[in-house]
Amino acid sequence: MTPEALSGGFRDASIQSARAFRAALEAMARPGTIWQVEGAAPPAPMSVASGVLILTLCDGTTPLHLGASMDLPMIRDWITFHTGAPLVAAEAARFALGHWQDLMPVNRFAIGTPDYPDRSATLIVEMPDLSTAGPQLSGPGIKGNASLSFPEVAAFRANRRHFPQGFDTYLTCDTRLAGLPRSTIVEDV
Amino acid sequence: MNDYNFAYLDEQTKRMIRRAILKGIAIPGYQVPFASREMPMPYGWGTGGVQVTAACLVPEDRLKVIDQGADDTTNAVSIRRFFQRTAGVAVTEATAEATVIQTRHRIPETPLSEGQILVYQVPIPEPLRFLEPRETETRKMHELEEYGLIHVKLYEDIARHGQIATSYAYPVKVEGRYVMDPSPIPKFDNPKLADNPAIQLFGAGREQRIYALPPHTSAVSLDFEDHPFVASKADHACDLCAAEASYLDEVITDDQGSRMFVCSDTDFCQSRRAAGHVGRLGHPATGDQ
Repeated sequence: MTPEALSGGFRDASIQSARAFRAALEAMARPGTIWQVEGAAPPAPMSVASGVLILTLCDGTTPLHLGASMDLPMIRDWITFHTGAPLVAAEAARFALGHWQDLMPVNRFAIGTPDYPDRSATLIVEMPDLSTAGPQLSGPGIKGNASLSFPEVAAFRANRRHFPQGFDTYLTCDTRLAGLPRSTIVEDV
Repeated sequence: MNDYNFAYLDEQTKRMIRRAILKGIAIPGYQVPFASREMPMPYGWGTGGVQVTAACLVPEDRLKVIDQGADDTTNAVSIRRFFQRTAGVAVTEATAEATVIQTRHRIPETPLSEGQILVYQVPIPEPLRFLEPRETETRKMHELEEYGLIHVKLYEDIARHGQIATSYAYPVKVEGRYVMDPSPIPKFDNPKLADNPAIQLFGAGREQRIYALPPHTSAVSLDFEDHPFVASKADHACDLCAAEASYLDEVITDDQGSRMFVCSDTDFCQSRRAAGHVGRLGHPATGDQ
């Protein structure tokens, strides 16, 4: 383990994770909104927002899958030191981190079972760009219209068809994040 | 407050609760199991709501706690003090000023707004529990959307009483999928569940379940075409503030059968009286409240 892996965590874990969770909660509850987070300094190419989400939500009880572009020794060490999350294959993961192309095909990830739809993966997708320009969204948490820039529409439509099963997604870019629960319906472009 | 971790719970526990809350938000109305902790208060005093509130609080929050609408009853006062001591957050009794509101069995009369979180204390989260005691069976019923039994229950109300007699914990169907127990709020409050701009979180400590309604989510009270849902209340105006559209408590005032009706939402009633509204038994507010 390199010494760099030991830095970049929360300085004041209980307060910083509380603020980060509120942003993550609002993001997941209001698809199409973008939230600013801070406090983590993970190794490149992981974004600050992805680092914050992992520090806030992952621990030794949440197996994590790293996509190919994130599966680097520095990142493995950083996650292991700060969270203790076991690094696993996509099928066994409760959380996954990567660029969209790393995580394909997304049907490898757990979508829960019909009686326990909560036993599903949460994907943290690194985006080159994150904006509210993109396909229209509708569903719980959305009043009127919302839209969000998407890595790919078809996969999220397929995911919605499994409802109430399905994976949930955070899109991250730099210090910003947006949530995309399985309940969101992605309209035609 | 430095004797405790922020908001009492340890970080590992808060992460576990936070993950459950997020899954609850993603599957509106579905009860997410969580590893409920022992809290320094007995079950039935809001241990589920307290854990959800603890997982959501940030130092900048302004917390309001109500018990049956009142800010000044034992349960509300003790939970409010608990978070003042363990999280150091500011508190308020004004609904509009609060960012997090923990509630036992009421939704405030003042409409909630975006950015607020309403945390419900839930005794029995399973709407089918009194119809089917086995968890294995109720889980299967939710899985298969097999909700006939709960309609039979409402039908039996009509057969026996001529109307749907269920007056609190009135079941709703969320986003056309899960039937959900809104906790024992009066059915008068049910219409406020739907399309609410605030985030609504439900915590059941003893039963170890968390569920949620994201903002602007549909929640339809179950009914029949010929017996539509009615959000009923006592047919009076508040005797203190003259409000006609707020939910009322009936208070017996002597042993001769005298009674008065007062708003159950104390903050709502107080602010109306301060604004000069005077009810049948009220007197103009003097500001010495």
